[in-house]
Amino acid sequence: MSALPPYASPLQRAWFYSFRVICGLIFFFLIFPILVILPLSFNAQDFFTFTKEMLALSPEGYSFKHYNDFFTNPDWQQALKNSVLIAPIATVLATGFGTLAAIGLSQSHVPYKSAIMAVLISPMIVPLIISAAGMYFFYSRIGLQGTYWGVVLAHAALGTPFVIITVTATLVGFDRSLVRASASLGANPVTTFFKVQMPLIIPGVVSGALFAFITSFDEVVVVLFLGSAGQKTLPWQMFTGLREQISPTILAVASLMVAISIALLTVLELLRRRSERLRGLSPG
Amino acid sequence: MSDTTDGQVLTTQDGKPLKAALAKALRREKLRALMLIAPLLIFVLITFVAPIADMLFRSVENGIVADTLPRTVIAIQEWDPNSGEVPNEEVFAALYGDMVVAVEEKTHTRLGSRLNYEQSGISSLFRKTGRRIKRMDEAGPFKEQFLDADRKWGDVSTWQVLKQFSPRYTGGYFLNSFDAHQTADGIEMKPADQRIYLFLFGRTLFLSIVITVSCLLLGYPIAFLLAALPLRTSNLLMILVLLPFWTSLLVRTSAWKVLLQQQGVINDFLVWTGVISDAGRLVMINNQTGTIIAMTHILLPFMILPLYSVMKTISPSYVRAAKSLGANDWIAFWRVYFPQSVPGIGAGAVLVFILSIGYYITPELVGGTSGIFISNRIAYHISSSLNWGLAASLGTLLLVAVLMLFVVYDKIVGIDNVKLG
Repeated sequence: MSALPPYASPLQRAWFYSFRVICGLIFFFLIFPILVILPLSFNAQDFFTFTKEMLALSPEGYSFKHYNDFFTNPDWQQALKNSVLIAPIATVLATGFGTLAAIGLSQSHVPYKSAIMAVLISPMIVPLIISAAGMYFFYSRIGLQGTYWGVVLAHAALGTPFVIITVTATLVGFDRSLVRASASLGANPVTTFFKVQMPLIIPGVVSGALFAFITSFDEVVVVLFLGSAGQKTLPWQMFTGLREQISPTILAVASLMVAISIALLTVLELLRRRSERLRGLSPG
Repeated sequence: MSDTTDGQVLTTQDGKPLKAALAKALRREKLRALMLIAPLLIFVLITFVAPIADMLFRSVENGIVADTLPRTVIAIQEWDPNSGEVPNEEVFAALYGDMVVAVEEKTHTRLGSRLNYEQSGISSLFRKTGRRIKRMDEAGPFKEQFLDADRKWGDVSTWQVLKQFSPRYTGGYFLNSFDAHQTADGIEMKPADQRIYLFLFGRTLFLSIVITVSCLLLGYPIAFLLAALPLRTSNLLMILVLLPFWTSLLVRTSAWKVLLQQQGVINDFLVWTGVISDAGRLVMINNQTGTIIAMTHILLPFMILPLYSVMKTISPSYVRAAKSLGANDWIAFWRVYFPQSVPGIGAGAVLVFILSIGYYITPELVGGTSGIFISNRIAYHISSSLNWGLAASLGTLLLVAVLMLFVVYDKIVGIDNVKLG
């Protein structure tokens, strides 16, 4: 499929090109909704569609007013602040616990390994609405419902499976004789961990942390139930904005979040390459 | 550890039997692994597993009647609900005693709204009786005074509900989730106009299947192309798959809200090109179409990524061999390539299906009333109707469905083989 052989029949030729057109259309379906909000977020009018001025590419059609609104409106600013306060703490908790557990799980003799794994991965499997319902019931009992720590703990729990999966994946390629070599040269386990093991698994840890961060940063269902007005995060504000008073500021926020996604994606890709290089899986 | 031999028994250098020393080392290793896992395990058990267990418990828990009306619950034991008569004076006296306490603690209205889920009208009955209870004569006769406060106390059905829900545990919420209820004659389906949950479960399944099939139809060609192209090109095109994957769910949902509106981009474009008239703008949002389009877009990467990882392992020489043996393109694909990609289809389809039956946000925002899922109903019962027991039992049913699907997923892919990105 990668190239058309010179002896291809007209029918094969037609199919070859139409298949590419079909794939092009599907790629368009995938990417168009995300790209279309970027120009629309600069709309000078409060519309959700392209105005005549915008289509004519005249400068009057475009403005920063929705971005301006985002950076000055106290509701959005409070939401941004809450998101920034919640996500990093949840990430630190998830990454810390998750990395330790992943190292434990990758030892050769772990009793009840698959049962433990199932429990640890479960936050990723259970539908969010069910997690949110259960957490709402249980956290109300113990007085965490509607508190900052309630949301942080819930988000950390939702983020841990990603850390476990990414760190375990890095540890699969980890050569255990390095640990033995380090021990034989007189390093204690803590030194070995920080000087030998950690530098090698750090790409997995960081990408797990990024997954945990984005899980918390994008999460809306759990915070909707667990949070009170004081924990209103960006996704929550977007959710209410979309449901009730739909305002074009949402498009400006959405565009900023796409920019964040692109940044995260780039970091992850760089990490993946570094990790493969360190493990000698790919040359260069 | 050394392998010095000392007589018949192998021992370590300090004279311990080698077997024991090895066992000890193994035990220490196991212990160390468990110590590393323990913090997270405890953390997840408290912050996640306990809440789920709490939800399962709430779906059958029914302490409210026995807690609010303890004496009445005991007194009513001897009353036969099929006798056709209301209970005797003794029960009414117990009810009076309980109600005085309940009104003081203001718990009677909560009980009223709980029993109102089972029979409408009970909520107002309890509220009305609560207001009258202080004016009642402590000496009795209570039956007359209660009947005087509200005639519903003279209905056998009121007492039947009270007796039926007096045990501490009930299957009533689960019956409710299946559109059934318990009557004096046993379990019956609700009247047709009150049935809602079986229909909603059905719709959730139907829409999830539609979404899974659309994801498969759109994802298969993309994965096929990505697996066939040289690595450099496919890595570049992969960005087009990964960018939506990494973009916030709400961003994508708002994008579809913008695109699909009647005054939105797609309708404007169609009117401009003359495909539809300005009056005939398509309604693509706040209905099932909206849910299907938006969710297919959101879940498509979850189909493409597993498909791609399986297709990459299919060696192109098989197809070449088939062709050299005389198969045409279609036969070579269908008989040789496709069967090898089936594990990818299974993994992707189960993953998309699991994710879609539990979806809440997107159906809520673009589904209107005809495109919502069972999860939206669960959310409604938690935050609006406050019928937590019903929310818990609906959640339990959904959870069971997801876990069963996950066992299938585990068989196909393996729980340890989940890959990200």
